[in-house]
Amino acid sequence: MKRPGLAALLLLMLAAPASAVQPDEMLANPALEARARSISAELRCVVCQNQSIDDSDAPLARDLRIVVREQLTLGKSDTETIGYIVTRYGNFVLLKPPLEPATYALWAGPFALLGLGGAALLVWSRRRQTAEAPPLSPAEAAELDRL
Amino acid sequence: MQRLLFILPVIAFLALVGVFGFGLTKDPKALPSQLIDRPLPPFKLPGIEAGGPGLANTAFQGEPALLNVFASWCAACPQEHPVLTRISGEGFAVYGIAWKDKPQDTRDWIARFGNPYRAIAADEAGHTAIDLGITGVPESFVVDRKGRVRFKQIGPISPEIWEATIKPLMLKLRAET
Amino acid sequence: MLAEIGHFALILALLTALAQALLPMLGAVRGEPSLMAFGRSAAQLQALLILTAFAMLMISFGRADFSVALVASHAALSQPLPYRLAATWGNHEGSMLLWVLILAIFGAGIARYGDNLRASLQARVLSVQAMIGVAFLAFSLFTSNPFARLSPAPFDGAELNPLLQDPGLVFHPPLLYLGYVGFSVTFSFAVAALLEGRADAAWARWMRPWVLAAWIPLTCGIALGSFWAYYELGWGGWWFWDPVENASLMPWLLGTALLHSAIVTEKRQALAGWTILLAILAFSLSLIGTFLVRSGILTSVHAFAVDPARGVFILAMIIGSTGTALALFAWRAPQLKSGALFGGISREAGLTLNNLFLMAVTAVVFLGTFYPVIMEAIAPADKISVGPPYYNLVFVPLAVPLLLLVTMGPMLTWKRDSLRALMAKLRLPLLATLGLGLVLLLALGATNASAAFGFALAFWLVLGGVLALLRRWRGANGFSLRLLRSTPAAVFGMALAHAGLGVTVAGVTAMSAFATSKIAVMRPGETLGIGRMSVTLLSVNEAQGPNYQAMQAHFRVLKGGSSRQLSSERRFYPISRYQTTEAGIGTSFTGNSYIAIGDSAAGPGGNGLVVRAYDHPLVGWIWFGGLMMAMGGAASLADRRFRIGAPVRAPAASASAPALQPRLVAAE
Repeated sequence: MKRPGLAALLLLMLAAPASAVQPDEMLANPALEARARSISAELRCVVCQNQSIDDSDAPLARDLRIVVREQLTLGKSDTETIGYIVTRYGNFVLLKPPLEPATYALWAGPFALLGLGGAALLVWSRRRQTAEAPPLSPAEAAELDRL
Repeated sequence: MQRLLFILPVIAFLALVGVFGFGLTKDPKALPSQLIDRPLPPFKLPGIEAGGPGLANTAFQGEPALLNVFASWCAACPQEHPVLTRISGEGFAVYGIAWKDKPQDTRDWIARFGNPYRAIAADEAGHTAIDLGITGVPESFVVDRKGRVRFKQIGPISPEIWEATIKPLMLKLRAET
Repeated sequence: MLAEIGHFALILALLTALAQALLPMLGAVRGEPSLMAFGRSAAQLQALLILTAFAMLMISFGRADFSVALVASHAALSQPLPYRLAATWGNHEGSMLLWVLILAIFGAGIARYGDNLRASLQARVLSVQAMIGVAFLAFSLFTSNPFARLSPAPFDGAELNPLLQDPGLVFHPPLLYLGYVGFSVTFSFAVAALLEGRADAAWARWMRPWVLAAWIPLTCGIALGSFWAYYELGWGGWWFWDPVENASLMPWLLGTALLHSAIVTEKRQALAGWTILLAILAFSLSLIGTFLVRSGILTSVHAFAVDPARGVFILAMIIGSTGTALALFAWRAPQLKSGALFGGISREAGLTLNNLFLMAVTAVVFLGTFYPVIMEAIAPADKISVGPPYYNLVFVPLAVPLLLLVTMGPMLTWKRDSLRALMAKLRLPLLATLGLGLVLLLALGATNASAAFGFALAFWLVLGGVLALLRRWRGANGFSLRLLRSTPAAVFGMALAHAGLGVTVAGVTAMSAFATSKIAVMRPGETLGIGRMSVTLLSVNEAQGPNYQAMQAHFRVLKGGSSRQLSSERRFYPISRYQTTEAGIGTSFTGNSYIAIGDSAAGPGGNGLVVRAYDHPLVGWIWFGGLMMAMGGAASLADRRFRIGAPVRAPAASASAPALQPRLVAAE
């Protein structure tokens, strides 16, 4: 196979999807651009496996990045911009799932487990201690005092 | 009481297995549409012929219709196309939106496969597609006579899906007032 | 021919495993030594047979025998030999074969090095191990036969996914599998203990090296996987909370909990039921990890061979193993003799608290990973995603108290300690840490308060490791060489692992607070400034690799007075029409410069190259800390006390409370 020249190689690469945020998408206003980046990082690319639109090179992710920037340029707040995408694609696009009755277990589950486990432990150790714990032996008491 | 504590892991595990088993029957990538039972978002797109008629959401009034989003570059679309031809042959209204496609490419594609659509709109920039919550092509919406979306099909409509799901729905929508 | 030999060996291995699953168990129940001894021979034979099968597959890959379907679909002639060989496990069928191979090797290990085990316990462990083997061998043979033939054989094969053509593939999956599968041994130990109705100190001491044997490679595997993603994916992320990463993190977290609870069971005979439960769960989560990747139940960047039929088979295996084990646990665990008592403030209580927090952080990862599937069941219309923002919000607040505990745990004495004694030991390190935190806060400013906290926490952990050793070496008359020499390897291991955790925390903190990046279109000669770094594009050229074409860009990077040259590549693999990015990475102790190149694009000064440049402070510490943890584990594993025969009764000398321990045992 003939080796393609650099120009041909560049063309080949152009044909393939570009990766993540491209310079031509970026907003001139750095504050606005920074907001766009942080919003994009919280939105899931719906056609990708498991990436935010900020990291994704899918064409749809690029379209959505542009939509985010358009909304911000129109003067929309971060919440409004995210809401704009959510009304179209649903909660699925939120990498931070919303707090709603169906997700209470997701948000509170680990803390509940910690609390319940801690409570169970406390009850268990209290009961065992009062029931069976032998008093300190004199040697132990002396040791503790020394410490 | 303490016995219960030891049984807890099995119970939690069985619940989990139930959820997993259920999850196996689902496609994790199928995204439910946000538009179900809501009106089509407003849009007004040019047609694929220069100066030719376009398509707007206002067209979806008075008669249930199928809105099909496709593209000439889409791999699964040729497979779906005969079904669309059949649907329009059976007297149902079929509209098309060509997503991120050059009008010339769409025209060539239609010339090659035939035209089952009452009208074809060109959504080159993909903005309307985002309003519709499109994730890929082909996707299709069943719209009732009041312009509300009632069903969304992700991926090609197979003859089976048409017969078993979409056709009965459209017949029912026809009967609605 | 080779493939048929391999296939035949695999079938024989299945039959051997069947016999090994039944006969030793029968022998243990009836008390027949010959049947129990059979388990030992069978385990070694089974390992030999699977090794043969694996070797045959690997040779087929090496020879590029395209009449084997698996070879034809994962190895191209132009693919370099190391990657052709590594392709043996770079696919579903081959990786399952690697899985059963490691399973069998662990089984053979128990047979070979378990001489000091109670014969009936060893027989039961080997039998349970073989039951798992039967399930996986059947899975391999009936749903994912690696030796299937392809006729007619093609002249060239399809290429392995170029992202996988990397040294990372050679080591990452085998290490992870060593970890996952290693937990099968502790699972077998747990089930055997339930069957025997005995989970005593000796049992825990026998099991503990096997926990380490799984935990060490899993730690390395996770760290390596993170590093691989960092340099290969082209934008410098090191952890993505991807379901498959989570699938490796969950057994690691539970394995860490098991490592600590087994200490309590060994030293104090307490928490036996809990240790058994953890051993069951750690392996179950490894299985669920496998289930995840291969069932298509979740979408992940790692998903390969998505096939619901396989998912159903693996789900059945999970029900068979975990379900049975948990049912057995519900039935037998309440009868286990409860261990020694301990006070509310004691080493045991500290380790229990450690376990509680580790369970909670595991729950975070578990819920985050599976909640989308759970939502499918409870609210099908409302599909959700769980991504990094969730983990940052929930994982961190639970991990911080856990990390605070790490340094305090080893200061506690066994059985009973007092708050006053603990505070006395804590006073200096606490003051030092708070002082450092305050200085950092002033230096970094209020906006970086969390970074100051993170670094202080890292210092706290490293200090904890150092203090654990110092306390050990200080006798009544100051520091003594004798005490240094007599320090068990396990104490060094603990100190190293805890300090390693601190090093990782420092890296994570620096990366989340101070990593900076810039994207720009550059032409040769142009310079881009990013914080303390300045990047100049020197030249762009093309290059030809063995099975790819590349565009290379050469940069000069100035940072903190030092200058170095970096090259970035973008590779195009014509056979699979796939592109990869090879970032140019300049590593140093204080951080990395990371440059990735993209397409050519129009810039302000005409057409140029899209350049993404990153400054990654202390990023290497993340993985170095992981390595330290693994080395700490290895030091513990090398502890000679594991190799000598396990004691019948509670051990006479404890690792960490030498002065107090013998007396307390005597006082019992």
